Amino acid sequence: MILDAKIPDGPIAEKWDKHKFNVKLVNPANKRKYDVIVVGTGLAGASAAASLAELGYNVKAFTFHDSPRRAHSIAAQGGINAAKNYQNDGDSVYRLFYDTVKGGDYRAREANVYRLAQVSVNIIDQCVAQGVPFAREYGGLLANRSFGGAQVSRTFYARGQTGQQLLLGAYSALSRQVAYGKVKLYTRSEMLDVVIIDGQARGIITRNLITGEIQQHAAHAVVLATGGYGNVFYLSTNAKYCNVTAAWRAHKKGAFFANPCFTQIHPTCIPVSGDYQSKLTLMSESLRNDGRVWVPKTVEMAERLRAGQIHVNDIKEEDRDYFLERKYPAFGNLVPRDVASRNAKQMCDEGRGVGSSGLAVYLDFSEIIKRIGADGVSQKYGNLFAMYEKITDEDPYKQPMRIYPAVHYTMGGLWVDYNLQTTIPGLYATGECNFSDHGANRLGASALMQGLADGYFVIPYTIGDYLAKTKPVPVDAKHPAFAEAEAAVRERISKFLSINGTRTPDDFHKALGHIMWEYCGMARTAEGLQHAKKEIQKLRKEFWQDLKVVGVNDDLNQTLEKAGRVADFLELGELMVDDAYNRNESCGGHFREEYQDAKGEAKRDDENYAYVAAWEYMGDNQPERLNKEPLEFENVKLSTRSYE
Amino acid sequence: MAGSNPNAKPMNLTLKVWRQQNRNTQGNIVDYQVRDISPDMSFLEMLDVLNEDLLRKGDEPVAFDHDCREGICGSCNLFINGRAHGPEPGTTTCQLHMRKFSDGDTITIEPWRAEAFPVNKDLSVDRSAFDRIIQAGGYVSVNTGGVPDANEIPIPKSIADQAFDAATCIGCGACVAACKNASAMLFVSAKVSQLALLPQGQVERKTRVENMIAQMDKEGFGACTNIGSCAAECPVGISLENIAILNREFLAAKATSNNLA
Repeated sequence: MILDAKIPDGPIAEKWDKHKFNVKLVNPANKRKYDVIVVGTGLAGASAAASLAELGYNVKAFTFHDSPRRAHSIAAQGGINAAKNYQNDGDSVYRLFYDTVKGGDYRAREANVYRLAQVSVNIIDQCVAQGVPFAREYGGLLANRSFGGAQVSRTFYARGQTGQQLLLGAYSALSRQVAYGKVKLYTRSEMLDVVIIDGQARGIITRNLITGEIQQHAAHAVVLATGGYGNVFYLSTNAKYCNVTAAWRAHKKGAFFANPCFTQIHPTCIPVSGDYQSKLTLMSESLRNDGRVWVPKTVEMAERLRAGQIHVNDIKEEDRDYFLERKYPAFGNLVPRDVASRNAKQMCDEGRGVGSSGLAVYLDFSEIIKRIGADGVSQKYGNLFAMYEKITDEDPYKQPMRIYPAVHYTMGGLWVDYNLQTTIPGLYATGECNFSDHGANRLGASALMQGLADGYFVIPYTIGDYLAKTKPVPVDAKHPAFAEAEAAVRERISKFLSINGTRTPDDFHKALGHIMWEYCGMARTAEGLQHAKKEIQKLRKEFWQDLKVVGVNDDLNQTLEKAGRVADFLELGELMVDDAYNRNESCGGHFREEYQDAKGEAKRDDENYAYVAAWEYMGDNQPERLNKEPLEFENVKLSTRSYE
Repeated sequence: MAGSNPNAKPMNLTLKVWRQQNRNTQGNIVDYQVRDISPDMSFLEMLDVLNEDLLRKGDEPVAFDHDCREGICGSCNLFINGRAHGPEPGTTTCQLHMRKFSDGDTITIEPWRAEAFPVNKDLSVDRSAFDRIIQAGGYVSVNTGGVPDANEIPIPKSIADQAFDAATCIGCGACVAACKNASAMLFVSAKVSQLALLPQGQVERKTRVENMIAQMDKEGFGACTNIGSCAAECPVGISLENIAILNREFLAAKATSNNLA
């Protein structure tokens, strides 16, 4: 099946304006007759819920946290891009669009990306009006910095806590609508299924995590803003609760899942320290503006370092290999994330890695400390340096940080058209939950931009078009589809509680993570992927035979919650492997070892793979069907990415 | 194991953990032994080890709140050896590492204790009172769209920085847990200060502080008696100065109120 993305025709710069005029409007008096469910209250969810409520729709917002403010958007450190050109350095909507398509290695949809760049400027205005305290210059105007992969300074930031400040802004807008009674907020409520009536999304089934109560919620449309699935790898920079369950449940009800293998490995994370490790911590990419990445020039020296025979500060300048600066003189330490990550892996594979595990490279701040002093560095990165020291017990003011790549973001997600609608009418996906804007690799400071663009400025228009075509009468909450979905949810919970095996959900999750990282991580091969598929199938079988969950449903039961999430990861993992196996090319975050040039750079195959792979669920243990959305590049010329 | 300190020895510890089935039942302290704890583990990773052990034995794991495990989401909230977030200053529970403890230690772990934070189960408490305080006025009333260009609102860097410092509150509730009165003044003052300092917050300046204080009182938080434990235990260093700002804002608002409600 060839998917229709419903991209408006006309020149790229006019598509969105034209579309906004062409979409149907809901009469202001009728808006209060429509109910919209928003699942997730991170940047994409809170902004959508607040904006839709402001327009007059009745919104039900759901979060599994105790408060909307806990969503993982809060942990984003570095910043948010916007094509404001406040710095007079040559930025423009077109340049942000161009950089994003190129950075995504030509696997993103041009029209969506252009719209994203267009509305980026409105996001900054909106956040400032809410009282978000962005960094400022002495003249009182907003400060900017350049950020991974960009040659202009277009990133707005709030020290190393930009995600926190943006989320608290969206949370405040949401809270205001809760106070007005336009948003009904359901905390500690996890979505466990979507309800489809006559082919359209008309509600969800949730579980109250404190009482275990299973609830049915009806609405005219459902928006999923439930984040990414990086935790399929067990260890990632994602928060512990991040999961794929809402998106996966929707997938099994008919929403196609696009490009699941496009995973972003972030180059600057604190290395793993032991088997007990529960998550990985990101050191913001902004550090690469001033930190220099290096390893010892020789394997022999690296070995002595690892054995503790010499100290890092003893290594002379001429014995250090600043490999990113050497290989990519134009971009240096600021090459895109996928390039930086692969190079770090390559150094470690060569035996030049550092730290006692040998799985780390240095990120060195001695030069900037010399230039602007420790105080100046503290102004810029104080909280990050403190966090690093807390975790590692090493002082980055005195010796280089050790970093290693870790899973950070998933570019893949539910397939959506230009309106952010999934293949289920009435079901929308926003933010990291969808696949739309980042192609095969996301640029730094673009996740916050996309989440807020979708929620504040896209969905309020496009959902109106759908609702205007829906009769303003209440959804039939007595429809048997609700009872059926609830029964299925209950049956699944009972199954988890009744297996009574020997292995814990975390145990299975770790085993899955090992398989994914080994065979579907930074480098993939056809052979490895085939092997991983069998391993995952085996593990999944064991899961359903040997899982151990104690306690009951009608209580706060965190093991039961985990079991449900791991069960879905075990299915998603296989699809990721299938997708990676299907894509016989290397692009962005997807690196197939068979497809590289003599220098080890990714070899894309535009002739055969310039498409979005959208997978269709065909039933339990059936192979999923591949549907394609061909990608057309009318504005950005396809070329080999080069950062030399 | 490839920790940063290969010489550090694993520890054996005794844990005294608060167990409580739900908010309607009585709780009690239960003793557990954990063995071979690496000093490089975070405190929550140590609890993960305990929970995996309990689960394998068929016992119910200890419920506790956590999520980002990097000190920013504000979920984790353990009262460790009588201190909110434990012994290390300026640190959330998730960023506390076991190297701060010694082999053979006994560690007492309790939930936040405050009337306004009822216990859900074990170490998990209900902090929705904080959300309701924000809903009472912790925002600038602007709808999406129709706002001025961001650079049309110049703000002196010093003011922006001060507002930012107040805005970094993570809403964990350590201030309440540390206060002998279970007062929420530090939490409320952080938001009031942030918005009172910024030009965007001026229009609703008086009504905001009045409404947020009224909601705080309604939730059952105690009064502030200027002890300062809140700021001392705050993991992100929210300054006591904010409470002074809050008091001033509140008095000024009451004296010249335009709150018609």
